Amino acid sequence: MSGTTWLRGLAVAFVAAMLQVVIVSSMVVGGGAPDLLLVTVVALGLLRGSIPGAVLGFVGGIVVDISTLGTLGVTSLVLTLAGFWAGRYGETTGRGRRLAPILAVGTITLLAGLFGYILYYLLAEEVVARHALLTALAPAFVLNLILALPVHRLVRAIVGEEQRAEPSGEVEVLLQR
Amino acid sequence: MSRQRSARSAALGLTVRRVPTTIPSRGAGQLRRRLVVGLLVLTSLVLISVSFRSGEDGPLSGVESAGATALRPFAVGLDRVAQPFRDAYGWADSLLTARSEAERLREENRDLLQRAIQSEFALQENKYLRSQLDYIDSPRFPADFNPVVAEVTGRPAGAFTQAIVVAAGSSDGVRLNDPAVTADGLVGVVTRVTPDLARVQLLTDEAAAASAVDLRTGATGIVRHARGTRETLVLDRVRKQDVVRVKDEVVTAGWRAGALSSLFPKGIPIGRVTSVGQTDTDLFQQVQVDPYVDFGALDAVILLVPSDRR
Repeated sequence: MSGTTWLRGLAVAFVAAMLQVVIVSSMVVGGGAPDLLLVTVVALGLLRGSIPGAVLGFVGGIVVDISTLGTLGVTSLVLTLAGFWAGRYGETTGRGRRLAPILAVGTITLLAGLFGYILYYLLAEEVVARHALLTALAPAFVLNLILALPVHRLVRAIVGEEQRAEPSGEVEVLLQR
Repeated sequence: MSRQRSARSAALGLTVRRVPTTIPSRGAGQLRRRLVVGLLVLTSLVLISVSFRSGEDGPLSGVESAGATALRPFAVGLDRVAQPFRDAYGWADSLLTARSEAERLREENRDLLQRAIQSEFALQENKYLRSQLDYIDSPRFPADFNPVVAEVTGRPAGAFTQAIVVAAGSSDGVRLNDPAVTADGLVGVVTRVTPDLARVQLLTDEAAAASAVDLRTGATGIVRHARGTRETLVLDRVRKQDVVRVKDEVVTAGWRAGALSSLFPKGIPIGRVTSVGQTDTDLFQQVQVDPYVDFGALDAVILLVPSDRR
């Protein structure tokens, strides 16, 4: 990944994090709010690979943690793993699949919700499982799925897609004299 | 036999050579991937540990404070850009509830008019009675507080915490545990402070609670978040013999016992009772309270700073 692409990826992660904190978190629909940053990190991972996905997820998470004066590292840990997983999925079975963004966003939203709940539980924060995993997660899941394809297209237009080298099945036949 | 030749190609007298590809070594790529993600996860865990264990005075709080200050212009700028869209969203959202809201407001208006007349009488009576009473331990509100009006600049993502970040901090006199209110009623309490920003834990957070009293009957209890909901409160610990009725107003109790006192001044409106229930097995009544404050649409809050602090 070139320096320019890294800069564009960082800008996308930063803007998504700020939008999440300032606007999107307060757009509650049906008891839950969409997670624009998570959807963006998944798109970055799918398009640019596991390492950029993890790094940009970490950066976006740190921006959120700092902006909201929360416990540093919590959001970045969740988003690092989300970006890495999305990247690995894009590098392997998800490659070339049209519905890969929707599948990845849906799966990662559920896993991130569960992982976040466990993390907050370990930090002794009071979080009600029913609210975190059902009341708020169900609408967030639907909203994230709605955002998945538009955000994926937008991110692809900004940072492009990693050109991955395909393992060649071609062989060269040489006649022995 | 050469490693590049298969048994069949050898029999045919051919040499088969794979065309070299540009793919980097698989082992090296995997190692790099693991190293990067391991490093990031480890960094996150270290940050969580240090941030969680050291709290307000830790080595990271300064870094976080500086970072939050640096990010503030972006948040304010984005907030201004987004305000028209947010207004449009609020307008569209309000259309859905406008009819029922108008009916409710008309009824409330009639109710308030009646109360305003009663309050005028009560005010005259109160002036006389207050001069007669010697409230040594009574909380003094609002005379002892200065308001600090602060714009809401952010909200944490996810459903794990109910909090807001506001654009006022220790440089404005704000300290930990200062109450936050709006014209509608109690919002929450300050849980973190930097020079320019403060984090306010909303009353709808799982960990938030406020001692409260039924304004009509004097029944006391603790207002806390109703589990499993987003914006409903319960008045907990109300004894069975106390009388609480639907539509009763609930306000902060503002108690004081010796050197200890409630975080909240007395008489800040919290909400209105929407249901009262009790079972034989429960020790206390189950009182549900609809908060006056719309926690999802907070644009600004007033932080109550004790006047003797500045």
